[in-house]
Amino acid sequence: MDGGSARDRDGKISRRGVLRLGAAAGAGAAAAGLLSACGSGGSTGGGGGGGGNLIFLSDQLSTTVETAAMRSKILSGFKSSGVSFTSFADTTQFVDQVIAQAKAGAGTLDLIGGLQGDFVALEAQIPLRDMSDVIGELKDRNFPQAYLDLAKIKGAYRFVPWITATYLMVANKKALAHLPSGADVNTLTYDQLLAWGQALKSATGQQLIGFPASPTGLIKRFFQGYAYPSFTGGLNTTFKSQAAVTMWQYFKQLWAVTNPQSPTYAMMDEPLLSGEVWVAWDHAVRLSNALQQQPDNFVVFPAPSGPKGLGYEPVLGGLAIPTTSKRVTQAKSLISYLAQQQTQATMLNAESWFPPVGASALPSSLAPGVSAEAKAIDATTGAPGALASQLPVGLGAQSATYDKAFVDAFTAIALNGAPIPATLAAEATTLQSVLQQAGAACWKPDPASTGVCQVG
Amino acid sequence: MPAGLKPDRPAAARRRRPGAAPYVLLAPSVAYLVVFFIVPLLQGLRLAFTGQDGQWGLSTVHGLLNDPGFWSSVWNTLIMLAIILPVQLVLALAMSLLVNAKLRGSGFWFYVYMLPLGISDLTSGIIWYSVFTQQGWLNSVLQDLGIIHQPFIWLSYQHQLLIIATIVVAEAWRSTSIIVIILVGGLQAIPREYSEAADVFYASPWQKLWHVTLPLLRPTLRTALILRTVLAFEVFATVIALAGSSLSVLATKANNAYTQYQEPHLAAAYGILIMLLSLVSTALFLVMLPVRTEQAS
Repeated sequence: MDGGSARDRDGKISRRGVLRLGAAAGAGAAAAGLLSACGSGGSTGGGGGGGGNLIFLSDQLSTTVETAAMRSKILSGFKSSGVSFTSFADTTQFVDQVIAQAKAGAGTLDLIGGLQGDFVALEAQIPLRDMSDVIGELKDRNFPQAYLDLAKIKGAYRFVPWITATYLMVANKKALAHLPSGADVNTLTYDQLLAWGQALKSATGQQLIGFPASPTGLIKRFFQGYAYPSFTGGLNTTFKSQAAVTMWQYFKQLWAVTNPQSPTYAMMDEPLLSGEVWVAWDHAVRLSNALQQQPDNFVVFPAPSGPKGLGYEPVLGGLAIPTTSKRVTQAKSLISYLAQQQTQATMLNAESWFPPVGASALPSSLAPGVSAEAKAIDATTGAPGALASQLPVGLGAQSATYDKAFVDAFTAIALNGAPIPATLAAEATTLQSVLQQAGAACWKPDPASTGVCQVG
Repeated sequence: MPAGLKPDRPAAARRRRPGAAPYVLLAPSVAYLVVFFIVPLLQGLRLAFTGQDGQWGLSTVHGLLNDPGFWSSVWNTLIMLAIILPVQLVLALAMSLLVNAKLRGSGFWFYVYMLPLGISDLTSGIIWYSVFTQQGWLNSVLQDLGIIHQPFIWLSYQHQLLIIATIVVAEAWRSTSIIVIILVGGLQAIPREYSEAADVFYASPWQKLWHVTLPLLRPTLRTALILRTVLAFEVFATVIALAGSSLSVLATKANNAYTQYQEPHLAAAYGILIMLLSLVSTALFLVMLPVRTEQAS
């Protein structure tokens, strides 16, 4: 919800600022109009319409701009058939629709695109088609083994890796002069990040670290996939452990050098561009605007590592063919088209989602900001001590309540100064009841559990 | 009664009994109220007084009272209301007196006042965010004037009252004109004779305002206050834009419960609480600002 500032850091009220303000106002008006016009949040159509089209449903690329780019720049290049692309902003709606059609034994969907966790949730309720044949046909795409492992659910490949992203850090080059001695941004530790923030504060008088902590920001993923695994080696099983208390004590210190306007930041590209923040953590897609607009002013690098390693959360999206589809051959050929290097390059430039291949397999003609992000993603996954976490798995409708526990803990501890052990004990009760109701087993980085995951 | 003046009974009866016409004419409004207000209200009550398991009870109300940040959101709502009402009332009164004075160009200013009415509260929040953000317009102007040397953080989570003040400014800008419209209507309904009578007694403009205009404007003021209070309880997009997660009011808690955390029961409980507070404040205004019959007429 950041509207855009009108002033450059060291300049007067800028023309770009004025234009951004105009765009923000326009976007706000458009958003308000959309909000009042469509309650469901789904957007349909495109690809020519008509009965012969393949029906492609997703819960990704759901903003108006992303959906329009998907139709006009990506799917328009698939010549074998028209494609009707629909995307729900609400994951529950996407999952419910796929399940409803599968249970009815008949449906219109030919291709579904979701995140890895969506397929785990789907497979728990309906049998998904074994996609091994398609993955076999796409052997030349050289999907990394880590992604193929994630695609394997209940002993078979349930989706074909499609898009990836992760969370990264971006710094203004002006901040590099204040790095603690001996620190390298590419192998940063959390202690060095804190020292960096403190150095920036003493040099400039300002708190220049930034986190996306607004209600629509993704700071919850920072705790789930980064801070907890890096400091405790786990998530649910170590939620209120002594190591977790240490992590929150550390975070309070980091928060003291974090821009106090962070609770209004939904995405970090804008505060980076305006200069309000010099060092930020966020989702790669939500940082790409800054890197693409001013590639020479920013550096992008992996998140820091903690006592237990470099905790990170790979985001993997995949494609699957529902068992009810009557156009399997055409759907397979659409998957093959989406996995082509040229299509993936267009996807990367237009949507900022990376293909599920290593940076070395990316086309060389990428914008400088995009290729820098690709290298940072590679550096994250290949870092010694890298500790991959999954997005919360198997929580279904309870996933929002699960996330709320982390946001509530952050609000209580960082914003309101509540005591750490008591807050963690209270939120641990909430987490346990969520896991109990969903019947969810532990997921990485916690060790696998036989029954319901036990909060520790 | 002379026989010749006796009315024709069947004809009079026909005139007095309008038949089904009024009910037919009322039906669309009643249907609208039932479908869009009564049914959602009942659904809201059902959601608020059932748990996630569908059982009737007070578990959702219990969840509401124990929801982190519930009491601070109640206080923030009340503090915001306590500041915004007098500020807007004084502003609106001044603006409407200016419009009513029929000075040269007052028609133009009336249209200028009305412009923010066409802007949604979300857009208003985004516009004011670009004013108050650290590298925003306000700090730019203050720095250029040499008043401050480093950007001041107006929207810091550490300064809750300052954030409320920015919300009040944004809301005053966006919605004072609603009160102005109501007050201008009320001012124009006051007969000119009262003011002329006051002139006879050499009343000063201040005395005329205090002893003539305001007492006669009381029914209109009451309506404006009730409307503004009810609308202020519902403001959420401006708060989300300017405060993010630094501060919440009841309406942002309701919105977040439904959209972010998919808890319709909790969201409904917040909605019912907002409705109750609106009813209580309306009753308070009715009791505190009684209107005599001659004023009402």
